[in-house]
Amino acid sequence: MNVLNVLRVSYRSLARNKLRSFLTMLGIIIGVAAVIAMLAIGQGASDAVKQQIAGLGTNVVIVFPFASSQGQVRFQAGETSRLTESDAVDIGAQCPAVEYVTPVVRVVTQIIAGPQNWRTSVMGVYPDFEQIRNWPVQSGSYFTSTDERTAAKVCLLGQTVANNLFGAGAIPLGATVQIRNLPFKVIGVLASKGQSAMGQDNDDIVIAPFSTVQQKLAGTIYANLLFASAISAKAVDTAVQEITQFLRIKHNLRSWQPNDFTVRTQTEIASTADATTKTMTLLLASVAAISLIVGGIGIMNIMLVSVTERTREIGIRMAVGARGGDVLTQFLIEALSLSLAGGIIGVVLGVFTSKFVSDIQRWPVVISPQSIGMAFAFAAIIGIFFGWYPARKAANLNPIEALRYE
Amino acid sequence: MAQSIIAVKHLVKIYKMGDIEVHALRGINLDIEQGEFAAIMGASGSGKSTFMNILGCLDIPTSGEYLLDGVDVARLDKDELARLRNKKLGFVFQAFNLLPRTTALENVELPLLYSNNHSSTQRREKAMEALAAVGLADRAGHYSNQLSGGQQQRVAIARSLVNDPVVILADEPTGNLDTRTSVEVIEIFQKLNEKGITVVLVTHETDIAQFATRNIVFRDGKVSKMIQVENRKLASEELPKIPVAMDEVE
Repeated sequence: MNVLNVLRVSYRSLARNKLRSFLTMLGIIIGVAAVIAMLAIGQGASDAVKQQIAGLGTNVVIVFPFASSQGQVRFQAGETSRLTESDAVDIGAQCPAVEYVTPVVRVVTQIIAGPQNWRTSVMGVYPDFEQIRNWPVQSGSYFTSTDERTAAKVCLLGQTVANNLFGAGAIPLGATVQIRNLPFKVIGVLASKGQSAMGQDNDDIVIAPFSTVQQKLAGTIYANLLFASAISAKAVDTAVQEITQFLRIKHNLRSWQPNDFTVRTQTEIASTADATTKTMTLLLASVAAISLIVGGIGIMNIMLVSVTERTREIGIRMAVGARGGDVLTQFLIEALSLSLAGGIIGVVLGVFTSKFVSDIQRWPVVISPQSIGMAFAFAAIIGIFFGWYPARKAANLNPIEALRYE
Repeated sequence: MAQSIIAVKHLVKIYKMGDIEVHALRGINLDIEQGEFAAIMGASGSGKSTFMNILGCLDIPTSGEYLLDGVDVARLDKDELARLRNKKLGFVFQAFNLLPRTTALENVELPLLYSNNHSSTQRREKAMEALAAVGLADRAGHYSNQLSGGQQQRVAIARSLVNDPVVILADEPTGNLDTRTSVEVIEIFQKLNEKGITVVLVTHETDIAQFATRNIVFRDGKVSKMIQVENRKLASEELPKIPVAMDEVE
């Protein structure tokens, strides 16, 4: 029997039980749709993370204190040095591949403005922070190096902070906020950076001169971390080497001692974050894939019922000359049609679901052709895999017994 | 003497049911010639159905020889048997065995689907021809459940003859039909037989057997009697004598 005839016969027998065929397909439809939607959401999240990390600034190099390789080993007192403002200043002076550098000191505290208060983190930085993080103001301006030198009590508010203290859309230039009982003058509002890759609100922040925060709020001689930027994208690796070498010398580390700091770049952070979202995506897609397999078992179940129910039909077909192979092909094609039709509907449904999710939840969603192809191929494989056994059973029926079957 | 279309020698069929061996056929010797209309008779359990299954290449004998149109069936594998059923044999069953929810035409086309050498238009033409031969050309588009018993059996006959078989095997084709419809069906068999198709028919009704040219009586897995029918009845002559039943009036 040629392919066209097999298709016609299979289609007819599926059309005879429309509701049943549809319900059987439903398993595959949901499975495929889930796989596509999950991959689309995962891909969207991953792309968003990449964008966020790109938004971190240009050619950013971050220096964290402590060696990442120290593990559980405790170092002798004094052997573990911390990052200081002078580290930052010296890096700026000694490392040619570094364009800007700023120490960062961070304090989490309550901020009061009139009747309102808000808990947020106050970051003390140099004015170069604007260039390093590529973070301009929405209104007002950054503090100057004079403010930095004189430890002026001025600050810039992130959007979230400004909204919460002064009401949505307010531009509170010149207003005064209390940070740890010290009055700070608001000289600017930062442009919005939205959510970070980890779901944190980037705009929930206050920026003030490093010296002010260090001396008046934190009371420390150390910096929490250093932000630097390389002179170009190509120079990032050179900058990392220069910073590492310089800090090792400055911290008097012997050759056998590990670094007491960690230098990380934007790309490293990006790849870490990317790996995280990939894991999440994989997890979601596996759950979806399980529902695809369950759908496949549904197909197998219905095909087995169908073979039993149509035993007599199979007998008739064999009596008029159908070979085992013909019967096998027919039932396999039926299973495959169910899973492929389910696959097609599932793809459409998955695309719609993804769009719906992105519209309602405002989640970034990216539907890749590969994920559609993969889900579809998976559906086909499931059709063949789970259709094989019932088809084989039909083909091996004894025609005499099949004809007598009531 | 005409050529033997079916030649059976020492045919034995033993079914094994657990430890018990059931001897369904205990050595059948039978020749059926080209153009014959043979009626196989016998009580239930006499082995006639087993014999028909073997004749129909649905089953293979335990031992013995069966030549169908010169082909030794015992040596064929499953696929070759299927091919033989398709090309050389036509089946008519007591229960009609049409595909449900399928039109008469599609039912008749079925054997052609499996013989691979017809285009869809050729299939349609041949199926329409076969339906016309049984007088049902106007019912081609009807679904099998929309047809009466007699009509269903005629569709089944059309299906059996659509691939130009050498033998039509009919297993109690009138078993589910009333007297008049039975004779109508037999009339079709007689017409086909006149055209040269060999017909082998199983029946337990002696009346029906009188329409055949030869009666072969089975008993305990053996042929007990072979009777050449004298005064063979012709369905076309008998039909006017049978009153039309009320429920047959359309």
